[in-house]
Amino acid sequence: MTNGPALVSILRQGSYLIASIHTALDDSQMIRFQEDLIQRIGHHRSRGVIIDVAALDVLDSFGSRTLRNIAEMARLRGALTVIVGIQPDVAFAMVELGMGTGSVYTALDLEEGLAYLDGHLPTSTRVSHTVATRRP
Amino acid sequence: MDESATGSGELSADFPTLDRHDEDELLPQLVAHLREHRTKLRQEWASRIQDSLLLHAMTPQEMAVETTSVYDNYVEVLETGSVEALQHYARDLSERIIPRGVETHEVVGIVLLLRDVLARSLFEKYQQDFALLNRVLDAYEPAANRIANTVAVSFVDERERVIRQQQDAIRELSTPVLPVRERLLILPIIGVLDAERARQLTEQLLTGIRTHRAKVVVIDITGAPDVDEAVANHLVQTVDASRLMGASVIITGLSPEIAQTLVTIGVDLSKMNTIGDLQGGLEEAERLLGYTVTRQESSGE
Repeated sequence: MTNGPALVSILRQGSYLIASIHTALDDSQMIRFQEDLIQRIGHHRSRGVIIDVAALDVLDSFGSRTLRNIAEMARLRGALTVIVGIQPDVAFAMVELGMGTGSVYTALDLEEGLAYLDGHLPTSTRVSHTVATRRP
Repeated sequence: MDESATGSGELSADFPTLDRHDEDELLPQLVAHLREHRTKLRQEWASRIQDSLLLHAMTPQEMAVETTSVYDNYVEVLETGSVEALQHYARDLSERIIPRGVETHEVVGIVLLLRDVLARSLFEKYQQDFALLNRVLDAYEPAANRIANTVAVSFVDERERVIRQQQDAIRELSTPVLPVRERLLILPIIGVLDAERARQLTEQLLTGIRTHRAKVVVIDITGAPDVDEAVANHLVQTVDASRLMGASVIITGLSPEIAQTLVTIGVDLSKMNTIGDLQGGLEEAERLLGYTVTRQESSGE
């Protein structure tokens, strides 16, 4: 299943990677996504990763564990990860099933995630152009 | 007359139809007797009520009015055998006296007292003729029991209706999610938090976070009288779920009782950000969001 079209778009935005999951992934697709993403962090020398799960209306335990793993792997590769766009129902279901995101930071949406990364990365790596953040 | 009456009285135990006939004959007599001695019996009843220390929530005038109408209703039911009017009256009465704090045992007590007072007057009247007394009581007791039953049931029904209404009212007290400033929500919780309401609250809060793009939420539980373990755990889950959506939650207004309960039953609240009162919570939230509120010198005059 490592072949075939990628089901997650991973976009580079300056020194950040933005991965949007558009559809529910099965376990092997999730692993494929993990491999792709970790590889691209090194490739692009990214300092921040945003995983957008806004399109998901379910997130199973394997999925959330993989997201936690990705965050930890990304940290080892030198990038800070934010998970954004968890839907209300998904959020509560995750908590009820005891599968939070651990120490991974979560934000409401992409905009918030970018704002968080901007605030938590050293200034030299910040994206100071093109990104539409709403900073006062 | 006495002879035949005794005969049918003996038979009545075996043949309820004859009893019915007996009742038809004796109840009008009985009613006439009760009507005749209305004032005396009513007063006796009222003084027995006072002796028993019942209905102390009512003034003597109210007592006089109510006892008169209860007495008249009672006699009327004995006469007509229809409890519908009494039911209506009892419901009406209950509606008036429940808010005054009249208890179920008092209502049942006064009706049983009246039953007793009237029975005693019948003893007195028929004490010469024991057989007739028996038959009169045979006719009187089922009717009297039915009345006592009706009044008690009406009272309890009314009471339950009030309780149901109040429960609905509490349930319908919405849990509003209020935006106070940009990205700051407050969620005041008033009234009992049961599992159902807690679920509703979570749903509204999480949806509210998304709609208002909230970053900080202050949940104020000053108005919640009690929190049990299930609800406390639900609150913890709500806080975690809010965090997953990128909002941090501040809980305010934990009463001394709730604080002690939560620690005693061992709910893990170490991850919860709690602040004493709503004012402190709002200040902390404003700090988190980078607001500074300053008072203008000239304002307030």
